[in-house]
Amino acid sequence: MYDKTVRRRRLVLAALVAASLLLLTAYFGESAGGGLHIVQRGVMAVVAPIQEGLSRATQPVRDTVGWVGDTVSATRDLKESRKTADSYRRDAIAGRSAVRENASLRQLLGLERTMARYQPVTARVIGDSPTLWYTFIQIDKGSSAGIKKDDPVMGTDGRTQATGLVGKVTEVTRNTAHVTLITDHSVRVSGKFDKTAIRGTLQGSVGDPSLLEMKFVDEPVRPGDTVVTRGTTSDSDNIESLFPPNLRIGNVARIDEPGTDSQVVWVRPFVNMKRVEFVQVLTRKIDGNRR
Amino acid sequence: MITVNAKSLARLAAVAIGTVLIQTSVVSRFELVGSNVDITPLVVAAIGFYCGALPGASFGFALGIFADLMLGGTLGVSSLVFLTVGYSAGRLRDLRDPQGPFVAPAVAAGATLASLAGFGLVSFVLGIDSSVSTMLIWVVLASVVLNVVAAIPTFALVRRLIFPILFDDPRPRRRRRAYTTGGLSPLKRPDASA
Repeated sequence: MYDKTVRRRRLVLAALVAASLLLLTAYFGESAGGGLHIVQRGVMAVVAPIQEGLSRATQPVRDTVGWVGDTVSATRDLKESRKTADSYRRDAIAGRSAVRENASLRQLLGLERTMARYQPVTARVIGDSPTLWYTFIQIDKGSSAGIKKDDPVMGTDGRTQATGLVGKVTEVTRNTAHVTLITDHSVRVSGKFDKTAIRGTLQGSVGDPSLLEMKFVDEPVRPGDTVVTRGTTSDSDNIESLFPPNLRIGNVARIDEPGTDSQVVWVRPFVNMKRVEFVQVLTRKIDGNRR
Repeated sequence: MITVNAKSLARLAAVAIGTVLIQTSVVSRFELVGSNVDITPLVVAAIGFYCGALPGASFGFALGIFADLMLGGTLGVSSLVFLTVGYSAGRLRDLRDPQGPFVAPAVAAGATLASLAGFGLVSFVLGIDSSVSTMLIWVVLASVVLNVVAAIPTFALVRRLIFPILFDDPRPRRRRRAYTTGGLSPLKRPDASA
């Protein structure tokens, strides 16, 4: 009897592991229009309204917890925490949730004016990645609003009101989209320094969502310099950049081995990816994102 | 162990769906000390711990599939990681049956580390060519600490949710005191033999 139970347990475990590996292999092997991808988009579309409802309902709680978390982490930087504490107090009196939402929307309105030629679509963030290995967000607009795969996404940080590039659309359903953030290890952005036009490639580093590694920068740069997207520099349509030129990305935070061949520049994005509440998806590409 | 019928399966399915929805829409969006609580490995470990290795593995597999479908991730990754977490928690209960106030936090710490390591391993196997920051250690530690703090309410809630489908009460058992005070055991009372 005992042997039978053990055999059964091992058999079921082996079957489950095999099923997982089969799914993994099949998912990798098929194209974006394959059966598993279609089922996945269907599930995403079905649960999106529930996610949106939950996200909106818990906004005030999120603000409160965010305030507590910020206070804890602010001990590492007392000067910054004093400034932010003042702003928290003001926000609390005025109705923190409403103030923040309005600030984000006002910022986006400004962004919308400057980005009008890219036909931006404003969307609310309704979901966030649960594990540190994948950094993505889900938004409440999809193909019905004109969003397509690989569209660039700008966002605002609700508290500092900073705006900047946050990622690109990697999956679209009718009413939702999945945005992989620029801090994810799978996303690369060609960038340049806005004043000197020195070029490089930005990529997220695993474990630190607050910094981007800028590689192939072979000229001297300084901390604080601003990095923007480079856009397409070639005449060939085969090597188009996904991102239009001159979208703000971040500032240089530190430089490893400056002045050497192995110089690595670390860029802090303008937008805190964990605090993005609203985004704008740029749905129109102009001249293949050329300068 | 659990009673396997349509009602119990429906209850477990509701727990799995609810967990993923709450995690992605609510819990993931609370940033604390540079990280956030991840209740998915906690719930899977709790189910494995209270229901046994096989139900834990099956629950982890199902929850993983739903998470990958809903989040647009690579199908099969989460199910592989979570079935390992659920099975391990169940085997711990089967083999050791640990008791005490620190069991839930300890199981939670193990489940969180196992899931982070599992996702990391699969990510590297599938290909990561970016650098790994030393901040990763801090983020992992912060995740484990946050999950340990969240473990007691999460385990208690899961126990409450699945209590109707369990064979036995998973609450910590108290050892019954021997009748050493001279009083009669209930079995020896005159009216007990009647």
